[in-house]
Amino acid sequence: MNRSDPDRPEREAGDSFKRELTGVIPHLRAFARGLCGRSDLADDLVQETMLKAWAARDRFEPGTSMRAWTFVILRNAYLTDMRRSRFRGEYDEGLAERILTAPADQEDPVHLGDLHRALQTLPAERREALLLVGAGGFSYEEAAEICGCAVGTIKSRVGRARAALTAMIEEGNIPRRASGDVEAHRAILEELDSVSGRDGLSPAD
Amino acid sequence: MSEASDSPEKTTRKPGSGKRGGKSAKAGAAGKGKKPEWADGLKRLYDSVVEEPLPDAFNDLLSRLDDGKP
Repeated sequence: MNRSDPDRPEREAGDSFKRELTGVIPHLRAFARGLCGRSDLADDLVQETMLKAWAARDRFEPGTSMRAWTFVILRNAYLTDMRRSRFRGEYDEGLAERILTAPADQEDPVHLGDLHRALQTLPAERREALLLVGAGGFSYEEAAEICGCAVGTIKSRVGRARAALTAMIEEGNIPRRASGDVEAHRAILEELDSVSGRDGLSPAD
Repeated sequence: MSEASDSPEKTTRKPGSGKRGGKSAKAGAAGKGKKPEWADGLKRLYDSVVEEPLPDAFNDLLSRLDDGKP
């Protein structure tokens, strides 16, 4: 009687949907991280996106791009959260610190930590346009479809985002808060180390 | 979403052109459709997240979708 299991086609469709969804999670995380700047909030956003995508899976057309489809869901969730000002003005101190201390960056002309912070200063719609085209590898047409706007609008947003980042980086006009905090934190730790190393007790005489 | 900020530029400032001082040899390539030198960094920022191992929370969520009769 299993042979005529009426749920089977549906289950198989669900399985294949889930496989595709699983495949795009790393991209959702990368897009979300770039959008909202903080890894914890970004991962929350991706989980929200996965649940919404799963709930709407009947509307996904097999054979079309799962990445583009889920990016639409993610950006809409992001914009909704933005309006509730959940992400405003925040970025990932932890990520900045990891990037700042990563040895692979040393030969880079541009510091990835700087770039990350500069990116977070852009208006959201320019940031997302640049992320989609400049990092995610989408065409202008695909990005326009994801953002629900005209191709010309995407081109303009990407152009402005690029100009702003180029200006910030060339002029060294990048927010320094994260690295300052990291350095301040390190200095405090070193001072504590040297204080406790000197006599092991209180610094008072 | 506000489209006001996307109205056509009044004061144009082309990236990579008209820089004061000598940087223009390097940055000048950005003028004609070439990518600025940070463009590669943007891609690597993105790729570095793509290549991160997936936190357990995601596999947990996926397995809940498995059971999931919504």
